Amino acid sequence: MSFVEDKALTTTGEEITNYTINFGPQHPAAHGVLRMVMELDGEVIERIDPHVGLLHRGTEKLIEYKTYLQALPYFDRLDYCSPLNMEHSYVLAIEKLLNLEVPIRAQYLRVLFAELSRICNHMLNIGSHVMDVGAMTPNLWVFELREDCLNFFERASGARMHMAWFRPGGVHQDVPLKLLTDIGDWVDGRLPELFGDAMSLVTDNRIFKQRNVDIAVVSKEDALAWGFSGPMIRAAGIPWDIRKSQPYDVYDRMDFDIPVGTSSDCYSRFMVRIQEVYQSARIIKQCLAEMPEGPVASDDRKIVPPKRGEMKQSMEALIHHFKLYTEGFHVPAGEVYVATESPKGEFGVYLVSDGSNKPYRCKIRPTAFSHLQAMDMMCKGHMLPDATAILGAIDVVFGECDR
Amino acid sequence: MPVLHSAPKFSVIDGIADTVSAALGAMLVSLKEEHGEIVLTVQRESIEDALRLLRDNHEYQQLMEIAGVDYPQRPERFEVVYMLLSVTKNHRLMVKVATDEATPVPTVTTLWPNAGWLEREVFDMYGVRFSGNSDLRRILTDYGFEGHPFRKDFPLTGYTELRYSEEEKRVVYEPVELAQDFRSFDFMSPWEGADYILPGDEKAATPPVDVPQTTAKPSQTGAGAKADEKAAKDTPADPPAMAKKEEGK
Repeated sequence: MSFVEDKALTTTGEEITNYTINFGPQHPAAHGVLRMVMELDGEVIERIDPHVGLLHRGTEKLIEYKTYLQALPYFDRLDYCSPLNMEHSYVLAIEKLLNLEVPIRAQYLRVLFAELSRICNHMLNIGSHVMDVGAMTPNLWVFELREDCLNFFERASGARMHMAWFRPGGVHQDVPLKLLTDIGDWVDGRLPELFGDAMSLVTDNRIFKQRNVDIAVVSKEDALAWGFSGPMIRAAGIPWDIRKSQPYDVYDRMDFDIPVGTSSDCYSRFMVRIQEVYQSARIIKQCLAEMPEGPVASDDRKIVPPKRGEMKQSMEALIHHFKLYTEGFHVPAGEVYVATESPKGEFGVYLVSDGSNKPYRCKIRPTAFSHLQAMDMMCKGHMLPDATAILGAIDVVFGECDR
Repeated sequence: MPVLHSAPKFSVIDGIADTVSAALGAMLVSLKEEHGEIVLTVQRESIEDALRLLRDNHEYQQLMEIAGVDYPQRPERFEVVYMLLSVTKNHRLMVKVATDEATPVPTVTTLWPNAGWLEREVFDMYGVRFSGNSDLRRILTDYGFEGHPFRKDFPLTGYTELRYSEEEKRVVYEPVELAQDFRSFDFMSPWEGADYILPGDEKAATPPVDVPQTTAKPSQTGAGAKADEKAAKDTPADPPAMAKKEEGK
């Protein structure tokens, strides 16, 4: 951190000193590469100017030069804590432009794994939020659970983090039955046990409450005006969840509740996330119980490539495979804005197609942009160490924020 | 067309398009409804008034996103798209304005505080100016970056690259140098009506000949013994240039 002193004299001649502090860009509590220029009056924050973009990779520009399928893995690398939720918006946007039907088993699998990555994401956020305010143990415990999730992803797709498993028209591969039963056992046993234990250390902890309760209270009006979404808006007491109000895939068949906060402070946001983990577990159980048999991807051969086994038998399958992995499929001209409920809030994709095999424009709506922008508003008048708690409760990941 | 996809289904409100277009009146340029989404194009000058009207009278409380799009072939090449969300009506709207490099768009930071960064991003990436936005700095690109990278005429690789120089002990910027050219394949299928220009295709445009020409005698072609003789007379047996070269050697 570097300091710049800014001296001013009052009318009585006393010297008042304001500090300008550079928080980040490399700071363990910045959750990535965030630089915040803070103006402090003693230890009280007067103004914050967050500088983002240190992780900008030009994803949207790169996508314009790739076919629709080649662009998919870029979404894993946006919010690398919940890659499948990022893919979800993108594949739904393509399917909306194509008006493509997705088989019911694929929809169930998507919802199942989207919820699993929601748990995975919340484990990271809850853990690091707790660690930001001084507790070490719970983080190690919930990381165990995160590790379990990553192992499930690996068993489904072959990759722990960058799965590229949701594809336009369905999912890439079917899952083995043993994986589903193992997820079922995990959701019934290990998850509630370990998570409950870890959270029992935190939720009623005096130090944790001192650091979070009544910190960064945002009114309902402000939450709406600042474009909040996800746990941030629900903590403000607005029961807004895209999974519930604008259901996609099979969320309309799921029975789950929307946890809302009462006090709209960092503690509320934290508690909303904890409850969301239990709701996600509920959805996972329903998915496993109702999981239908059938294909896992659309049988439209002009969009979904055939399986390798089929290619050994059929010339048409071979041609389709070649065409789809070189030229890709063409998407009819049009534009859609598709937003889904990612663990961090509304994650939207504004996809403009000109009828070719590459997106004309793919604007990604990151959740962190609205939330981080409100840092100044939320931190004003709080102490310097509160900034880390506020940042932890926002749940910001810079892969997604900077794109 | 029946809805087959499983993308998010927000509520379908009967007559919402008419209500909104009646409310906007002269501010509205065009309205289209596609894939169940309503896209309104409004006058650039009145974007702030139009959005204020939608926010205050039609319950679109949230501005979720501002997206820029570049269409270089249009006279007003940029589109700025505002995504509105109504949490009470459970409905979304897209509102568009068109602009060019020189003409600013009125800011909407007066309506939503989060428009600040969103407008900064559009400015950074496309160079669209927003009049009234007091903090129109770059946001995502590097400190001191030049140009607007998401414009269609900006190359994918950019113009500069940076590395840490061991000699100078600092990060240096250099013109971008590619070991291999970026390969952009043309995937348009000829049988899907690709607009190819094949060599010789331009001849198809010449007008057809009315009277077909036929050759009656060899003399008409300019060939034959007489022509050979004439050709031999005009050409010197030993080209002078070549002879000189031999001498100089």
